[in-house]
Amino acid sequence: MASSGSGYDLSSSTFSPDGRIFQIEYASKAVENAGTALGVKCRDGVVLCVEKPMLNKMLLPNTSRRIYTVDTNSGVAITGFVSDGRQVVSRAREEASNYEETYGTKIPPTTLADRIAAYVHYFTLHGSLRPFGTSSLIASYDTETKEHSLRMVEPSGVTYEYFGCAAGKGRQPAKTELEKLSLNKPDAEDNMTAREGVKQLARIIHLLHEEGKDKPFELEMSWLCEESGWEHKGVPRDYIKEAVEWAKKAIEDAEEDDESEDEDEEMQD
Amino acid sequence: MNYMNQQPQPYAQQAYQHDGKSAETRNLKPGELSTGTTIMAIPFKNGVVLGADSRVSTGTYVANRVSDKVAQLHDHIWCCRSGSAADTQALTDYVRHYLSQLAIETGRVPTVKTAAHLMRRLCYENKDKLMAGVIIGGWDPVEKGSVYNIPLGGTCIKMPFALGGSGSTYIYGLVDSLYKEGMGEEETKLLVKKAISHAMARDGSSGGIIRTVVVTEAGNEREYIPGNELPFGP
Repeated sequence: MASSGSGYDLSSSTFSPDGRIFQIEYASKAVENAGTALGVKCRDGVVLCVEKPMLNKMLLPNTSRRIYTVDTNSGVAITGFVSDGRQVVSRAREEASNYEETYGTKIPPTTLADRIAAYVHYFTLHGSLRPFGTSSLIASYDTETKEHSLRMVEPSGVTYEYFGCAAGKGRQPAKTELEKLSLNKPDAEDNMTAREGVKQLARIIHLLHEEGKDKPFELEMSWLCEESGWEHKGVPRDYIKEAVEWAKKAIEDAEEDDESEDEDEEMQD
Repeated sequence: MNYMNQQPQPYAQQAYQHDGKSAETRNLKPGELSTGTTIMAIPFKNGVVLGADSRVSTGTYVANRVSDKVAQLHDHIWCCRSGSAADTQALTDYVRHYLSQLAIETGRVPTVKTAAHLMRRLCYENKDKLMAGVIIGGWDPVEKGSVYNIPLGGTCIKMPFALGGSGSTYIYGLVDSLYKEGMGEEETKLLVKKAISHAMARDGSSGGIIRTVVVTEAGNEREYIPGNELPFGP
């Protein structure tokens, strides 16, 4: 695979001769081994979704969160090392709470993302600390400009704003699927709504899962949209169920279409 | 007063010991300047009018008769100062600094609410050591014109109009009767000037000239009325 570190990968505070810090890249690998996390910025809100593999049959369902509320107007979904992610979320909560206490308004999304990124980045600078093994997807609503946004912070400490982003095991096929969705049409009215977003994310997760032949999993979804009053909340359970049923049916229908297409081709020969 | 030599006294007696000094000077250190004052701020349709007198006193001596009690915190955010001149100047400097840092970090125009909360935080956390009553007024893209009153102790309240300083007590009735919602710029300016003149007429710690600042989206307009042209005579 990638070139071995051969001595330059022992510490975060060492560059390799070709200008890479291997520890950060290894941290990204840790994220790549974990359950897929997806986020989409829809016309009227942001939807976050995480696939949680059920590692143990004895686990109580719907416990062990991956998506956290940082403030009423912000939510974070994490994937990778869950314990690292909790630390990042804890810091995000502090930042949001301090900001509001000092300045009297909810923390603006860019500022929150920048602060989280700065915190994650700090851990890539010291020989005595290791980088976080998590990617955080941040859904946030700006109470002053009334705009919602989706951002992701990677283990290296970079943050970008996205229409759709994915992290974790299935991120490559997920990104391909996300690109097919109407998220960035020239006319904003043509973009999909948050409700549709929930269904599409459920479909993408289920689509990827078959490919991976992985363990049984749970779906955790949250949204921050007009319907939720611009507050970060879990998507109502019954709606998730509805979306999963729709998703499974949509995948079956798509497979049948593929099969019937193949049959048509054969007949022409 | 030499606090080291005081005998412990029952609270009732302590409360009334003031040697004839006014409420303002009692809490000041000897020689400290007081902006015993009249300040006010009234929002109107497109912005805010802030006004203040210009007298700074130490006891009965007028240290400065043309001082500027309306300080700029940011492009469109201003602050009227009353109480200890040193305390309010220090507070204004801090808030100005924090606001400019915030504007750079967030990349947006800071709101009047933010400035008010910053000031409130400082006033409340240090309430034992400060004697400062401020009024924050300004224009921002979110709330348009707004005014926040931060009296002694560090409460922060958004108000339809705010009065402050020792002279304000004499004009509450006047402003209550003359204030109307939805006034235009000229009407609001007249009200501010009239009210402050009346306060200056009755309050010994207020006087000099009237300074006003009109803050709108377009910018800030500073004006002053000399002492011999006040709407209501001294």
